[in-house]
Amino acid sequence: MSVSTVKEVTKGFWEKNPVLVLALGLCPSLAVTTSVRNALGMGVSTIFVLTLSNVIIALIKGIVPSQIRIPCYIIVIATLVTIVDLVLAAYFPDISKAIGLFIKLIVVNCIILGRAEAFAAKNTAWRSLLDGIGMGIGFMIALVLIAAVREVLGANKLFGFTVFPGWRPIAVMVLAPGAFLTLGFLLGAKNLRMRT
Amino acid sequence: MSFSVLLLVLVSTIFVNNFVFAKFLGTCPYLGVSKDSQSAMGMGLAVIFVMTMASAVSWAIYHFFLYPGKDNVLYLLLGGDPAQYDLRYLMTLAFILVIAALVQFVEMVIQKVSPALYAALGIYLPLITTNCAVLAVAILNIEGMSIFGVRVGHGYPGSLLFALANGFGGGVGFALALLLMAGIRERLALGNVPKPLQGMPIAFITAALLAIAFMGFIGMVK
Repeated sequence: MSVSTVKEVTKGFWEKNPVLVLALGLCPSLAVTTSVRNALGMGVSTIFVLTLSNVIIALIKGIVPSQIRIPCYIIVIATLVTIVDLVLAAYFPDISKAIGLFIKLIVVNCIILGRAEAFAAKNTAWRSLLDGIGMGIGFMIALVLIAAVREVLGANKLFGFTVFPGWRPIAVMVLAPGAFLTLGFLLGAKNLRMRT
Repeated sequence: MSFSVLLLVLVSTIFVNNFVFAKFLGTCPYLGVSKDSQSAMGMGLAVIFVMTMASAVSWAIYHFFLYPGKDNVLYLLLGGDPAQYDLRYLMTLAFILVIAALVQFVEMVIQKVSPALYAALGIYLPLITTNCAVLAVAILNIEGMSIFGVRVGHGYPGSLLFALANGFGGGVGFALALLLMAGIRERLALGNVPKPLQGMPIAFITAALLAIAFMGFIGMVK
């Protein structure tokens, strides 16, 4: 693999991270990060939808008239999301029960439509595939990071195992305010790092 | 469905289960359009309007086309067993298309009927298609909820009324959150915020404090 191919994948990990740098897809990154398990479920679902939608849109971009391209993209994305939703409900009912609404809402996740419009509509299917994988993994990294902070501080657990025996967790971190607080301080930390 | 249940649905969606603070829906527009109270007001009104309309339309699509009941249009036209017209798995696809079309339609109608209203709401309407709160309210209307042991939602009595109340209340809750935030951020613009926290980070921390305040409503509606 050439250097530019690797770059296409890794740019989404940190320097163009969809959540932490581009501030896209905030709703799911706040809502599903109560535990690392849910965050991984959401991350994998998003990688699947983002990669396939990028490839399909890059393939059909020549045939779709530009005036109706957005509705066409939405149909492609919604179809993929329905597949993920049904598969999760069948094989991982507990994850589906916890984050099911937000799996359906991948349709309106701005990352997916944003990459379709900004990248897949202008590039080849192969490059779009790499971009989709990279951006998807970047999204999952951000989700797992937020979820790990919240799960350790809020429930004193990681993947269901106790982290600090005998320490009483800060319950508010797994509730709604903890999500906003964690993301706020993570963004602040990122600014501090990028400035120096 | 009794009037008191309807009232409780409103209280629940506006305060207790506020879309922004308790359900994390519509966070992108919430942080994007809350910089001044003028545009917050415009966006808030546009969301109330679109969410109420979307609730009614998505309920009708689900009830008459997707749900295999005795009101299913295909069943009424072709007869046979209603169960064979079960299209519920198309819910996400159908709803997002209906919402996108509805927002376009509403925009055109407002532009034609009331230029003054269009000047106030116009630029916010296209943004609403990607507001996940609108798609979420359509799905939640179908899934329903339980108010003091009374089940409401699709398949229970008064489901259309519940959908309308849920959509309207959700919109009002979003607008309330947006206006509160805009008021705080206007003050905050003059405050002395540490450099790394300026912009987005402090907005999130403010939202966290507001969410803690809204946690005070938990328990009002069960």
